[in-house]
Amino acid sequence: MRARIKRAQGAFTLDVDLSAGPGVTALFGPSGAGKTTVARCLAGLVRPDAGEITLGGQVLFGPGGNLPPHRRGVGYVFQEPRLFPHLDVRQNLLFGAPKGADPAPVAARLGIAALMDRRPGGLSGGEAQRVAIGRALLRAPRLLILDEPLAALDAPRRADILPWLETLRAEGLPILYISHSMEEVARLADTLVLLRDGRVARAGPLTEILSDPEAAALIGPSQAGAVLEGRVVATADGLATVETPAGRLQIAGAPPEGGRIRVRIRAEDVMVATQPPEGLSALNVLPAVIAGVHEGQGPGVMLRLRAGDGALLARVTRRSFAALGLAEGCAVWAVLKASGVARADVGGG
Amino acid sequence: MIELPPEAWQALALSLRVSAIATIAALPLAVWVAHLLARRRFRGHGLLDALVHLPLVLPPVVTGYALLLLFSRGGPIGGVLEPLGWGVAFRWTGAAIAAGVMAFPLMVRAIRQAIEAVDPGLEEAAATLGLSPVRIWWRVTLPLAAPGVLAGVTLGFAKAFGEFGATITFVASIPGETRTLPAAIYAFLQVPGGAPGLRGLVLIAVVVAVGAVFVSNWIAPRIAARVAGR
Repeated sequence: MRARIKRAQGAFTLDVDLSAGPGVTALFGPSGAGKTTVARCLAGLVRPDAGEITLGGQVLFGPGGNLPPHRRGVGYVFQEPRLFPHLDVRQNLLFGAPKGADPAPVAARLGIAALMDRRPGGLSGGEAQRVAIGRALLRAPRLLILDEPLAALDAPRRADILPWLETLRAEGLPILYISHSMEEVARLADTLVLLRDGRVARAGPLTEILSDPEAAALIGPSQAGAVLEGRVVATADGLATVETPAGRLQIAGAPPEGGRIRVRIRAEDVMVATQPPEGLSALNVLPAVIAGVHEGQGPGVMLRLRAGDGALLARVTRRSFAALGLAEGCAVWAVLKASGVARADVGGG
Repeated sequence: MIELPPEAWQALALSLRVSAIATIAALPLAVWVAHLLARRRFRGHGLLDALVHLPLVLPPVVTGYALLLLFSRGGPIGGVLEPLGWGVAFRWTGAAIAAGVMAFPLMVRAIRQAIEAVDPGLEEAAATLGLSPVRIWWRVTLPLAAPGVLAGVTLGFAKAFGEFGATITFVASIPGETRTLPAAIYAFLQVPGGAPGLRGLVLIAVVVAVGAVFVSNWIAPRIAARVAGR
């Protein structure tokens, strides 16, 4: 999928050029950045002023014309489930599915098999959104757009759906995941597109962008943090040992041994020491080298730390930065507490 | 059984036939116009809206006169229909046209409101699921607007059943042909002291009108429950 979209909406102008391949591409940005407009242009619900949108070699929008939404093969899961209230769950799932499609496997995978004869009016928010995802999948789209599918749900419902979304990654179809929550994006995405004020600020592999101190300024200091993928090699005492490119990490939780998981380490949760620290309660101390420094307008300095073959992001105050005499190339120790790796951020990779 | 002279039964039968046919014939057009007004933006939208409302705001006798001009032998429509033997002037079919025209704005208003109440987000969702606009209309919009369509039908039928001014102006009051129930009541009233059967006719008018509302009120919540997904 490749999209060049120009569109003016009052004072706001959208001017983006982005592409998405197999796997999950996250479109991340603050509200008002134009994320939903991009998605609606891709689905054909909004017409760009100019540009070109292609999907699998087919032109969906271009100087030659504008393909209507029903002929695009672009699935769309909206913020609200938008289930058809006059149809039961089974009929909703099969709405738009090819003739003879069997909803059972998708329903089983989304945990909604027991709801087949229920009406949407009787479903919880989380259940309804899972039906909406199943409905979009069953029509076998060539591109699936998830437009903040969790934004309208409370935290427990969100935690309820995230694992199901992870199973979508295994589908192999291109997914565009729109969100303003870095927690969701870090857990699901392979590729990241940062959108800001209607422009693409950064685009590239997720792990690369999330460990880039320059990009951290776009993400926001409290949401910034690197993502490491690793393998669980041992679990004991409620802690798991994860082998990551940056080194071995102890994290809270008991993910299945031998499984691959994603660990997100917030920049705020990483401390930097110039000497090997001793007598510390923190379990994770990784030798690292400062590979990048970004000083913004704020009170903090964002550091990129190269540890082994992985990269971390650390946020320190300007004062510490000066007091420790930190600079690019310095050898340091990165200290992160095991509890600093939030459980919600532990996802199957 | 109410004691009624034969011409009273005749008027009732004619009125039921005229208003039923008028309502059924006007329904598809009313749904289409309601859809245009509710969901489409085009040049002449306001003009169409005003035109639809015309029979509602004009004095019925003016509407009847306009129909007379249109459908008479020398009129633009009558000039085509009359030579084919399909003339409607002073025929019961003319009464049905008058009833349909008068009921039309009420039907469009009710159905339009129902269509406007359907969440366009559901129609968008249906489009992303691969449904063409026509199939979206049949599978999403119309089923969800069904209670409003029913309300429009009830309202239209009651209006057609009670229509008097435009009908008597357009097709006069010929017993057995165009003397509908309201026209018969009026004719019975012209007899000093009231003709026998007058009260019976009035009672029947009330029963039919109230009955239509009851039937509608009985069906509506069943459709609404179906649509609300409970």
